[in-house]
Amino acid sequence: MVSPSAPIAMLRGLQTCDTCGLLSRPAPGASEGRCPRCDEVLEFRKPDSIQRTWAFLIAAAVCYIPANLLPVLTTATAAGAESDTIMQGVVLLWSPTGWPLSLIVLVASIMIPSAKILALAYLLISVRRGSVENNRQRIRMYRIIEFIGRWSMVDVFVDTFTAALIQLQPLMSVEPGPGLFFFAAVVVLTMLAVESFDPRLIWDATNLSEVAHG
Amino acid sequence: MVDPQTPPGPMPESRAVPKKQTRLSLVWTIPIIAALVGVWVAVARIRSEGPKITIVFQSAEGLEAGKTKINYRGVDIGTLSAIRLTEDHQRVVATAQMAPRTEDFLVEDTRMWVVRPRISGANVTGLGTLISGAYIGVEIGNSKKPRREFVALDTPPIITGNVPGRFFILKTPDLGSLDTGTPLFFRRLQVGRISSYALDKDGQSFTLDVFVRAPYDRFVTPNTRFWQASGVDLQLSANGLSVQTQSLLSILIGGIAFETPPDGQSLPAAEANTVFTLYDNRAKAFEPAARSPQTFELIFNESVRGLAPGAPVEFRGVPIGEVSAVRAQVDLKTLKFSVPVTIHLDAQRLGVRFVDLGTGADFGAMRRRLFDSMVAHGVRAQLRTGSLLTGAVFVAFDYFPNAPPTTLDWSQRPVRLPTTPGQLEATEAKLTNIIDKLDKLPLEQIGNRLNTTIADLDTTVRTANTTLSTATRTLASARGTIENANNFVEPNSVQSQRLESTLSEVSRAARSMRVLADFLERHPEALLRGKTGEAK
Repeated sequence: MVSPSAPIAMLRGLQTCDTCGLLSRPAPGASEGRCPRCDEVLEFRKPDSIQRTWAFLIAAAVCYIPANLLPVLTTATAAGAESDTIMQGVVLLWSPTGWPLSLIVLVASIMIPSAKILALAYLLISVRRGSVENNRQRIRMYRIIEFIGRWSMVDVFVDTFTAALIQLQPLMSVEPGPGLFFFAAVVVLTMLAVESFDPRLIWDATNLSEVAHG
Repeated sequence: MVDPQTPPGPMPESRAVPKKQTRLSLVWTIPIIAALVGVWVAVARIRSEGPKITIVFQSAEGLEAGKTKINYRGVDIGTLSAIRLTEDHQRVVATAQMAPRTEDFLVEDTRMWVVRPRISGANVTGLGTLISGAYIGVEIGNSKKPRREFVALDTPPIITGNVPGRFFILKTPDLGSLDTGTPLFFRRLQVGRISSYALDKDGQSFTLDVFVRAPYDRFVTPNTRFWQASGVDLQLSANGLSVQTQSLLSILIGGIAFETPPDGQSLPAAEANTVFTLYDNRAKAFEPAARSPQTFELIFNESVRGLAPGAPVEFRGVPIGEVSAVRAQVDLKTLKFSVPVTIHLDAQRLGVRFVDLGTGADFGAMRRRLFDSMVAHGVRAQLRTGSLLTGAVFVAFDYFPNAPPTTLDWSQRPVRLPTTPGQLEATEAKLTNIIDKLDKLPLEQIGNRLNTTIADLDTTVRTANTTLSTATRTLASARGTIENANNFVEPNSVQSQRLESTLSEVSRAARSMRVLADFLERHPEALLRGKTGEAK
């Protein structure tokens, strides 16, 4: 484990390039610096990280409600049209033989997005409160949600593929429902939220407190 | 931008404003937009939810919560959301989520029913539901009073939607093969259906609700006759065999036909729900309404086998009434048994015209005079065989000049008209007569006489035999005579030779005479002078 009092670039007045990792000293007096190697905008920390993350997170949370209440898929067969929400799909798939599939949908489409939102909220609150506890747990949590985020798009892809492929008019056709757009929005917004969160904030509090105490 | 490192002079330094930590980032528009969209969707969703209704069914067979649609003219206007049993477990209550803006559909007289595949004689409906499953059909009422709780009909109504047309009511004592959905024919064109039927409270007749589609409903006038055109109307009666059909469909499933008599066609169309009588057949439907038929009684002293109520009464082949009852009665005073036949005579109804009937005349008195006169002239009732095939008989009035004279007793109720034995009866009587006469023949005496005659004949024949032998002898002598004659005329006999020579002599003499005659012709003077000049 790295010592909490490991050197921190920001405290030494240095900026790290997010893209190429080059450590550079900001030009004195300049309000905005550019990476001398890759011309990326340089900041000590992502600007307004917490605020932006909160904004994306709240937007995702708002979208999460209709994503689960509105039908994601409308199946029209000769027997009539039928709209299913995600949860209805889970129930529909749940059978003695099909339960693993049902479980996958349940985990990927309902549990992961909500877990992501809750985890990010926890990270934001803990950073805001200057928590110095469980830094490693928190950074691991961040990495997991960053990694897992894109997989939630699987649902959207499956739905859109199905809708595109199953067009056997007039026998059968599948059309995406309004819930699907909200679900995609949730996935995209949570990914943006994760992206705008600066994980360095997690241990800034630790270092600052060390600086204060030391 | 001015370089802060090289100030041009003693300039006041700008007040450093600490960077606002809590400046509102533009990024907050994202959750605001998300929230707005969410609210909009929620509002739209709530707005898109129509009223909730409950429908009570006898059975939820084929119904499924969340799937079964409420369908009006092929458009889904709602979905069953829940199905449960009533408290007493006797019926099923379904909750349905209606589409938005269906409030005006849900009024007091809106009717709902389950559409399932139904195959009856008249029609096949709801075949689509074999695949799609049952749905709930709706007929929208005209009422303005809203309603949210409905009781589904057990059977789908035959006439749905706002098909223009009119309902009429038919009364019939016998339903026959009629059913809801049975077609109505006008000139063999199907123009309507029976929408419902019900047995009257007294159990004596049926009330049928029939629907006639526009524009055919205007052909129903107050004078229109309806009759059962069920299947094949096969009638075996004294009039013979008659077959009446409407169409192949009605042969299979029955039907009702209607027609307006020519004299009623100018009348205005009948009001909706006018009550009509449903007749058994077309003939009955078009019989003019009975105008106080006259009841008479006939007493036949013979078998009335084959005479049934309804059998025609004819006067010289013209129908004038029908038999209403055939009964047997015993006169307890005289202990006589007779068969009075009650008949209804309504000549006017059956097309007999009364010519020169003065207005205001006493019709009853005239009728009496007519009957008296007819009876006086020998009009009698007689049973006649109408059809040899069926043995059905009818009552015929005809003139029988030889009938014993009689008069009518108008004080009787009903008046008894005189009868005469039927044709069959008369024939029988004649045959019996002949047989009786045959019976009376003295066959034994005739036989005895025949015997003696035959004996006489025998002796006669013997005498004849002897006569014949004499005759044979006579014939033999006759033959001898003829042979003699033969000899006389034989070619080589002496007589014939002599005859021949004599004849040649005569011939020669004749020739000499001719020569002489020729000479004299040329020389007539030779008679005076003799042969001269011409020497030989």
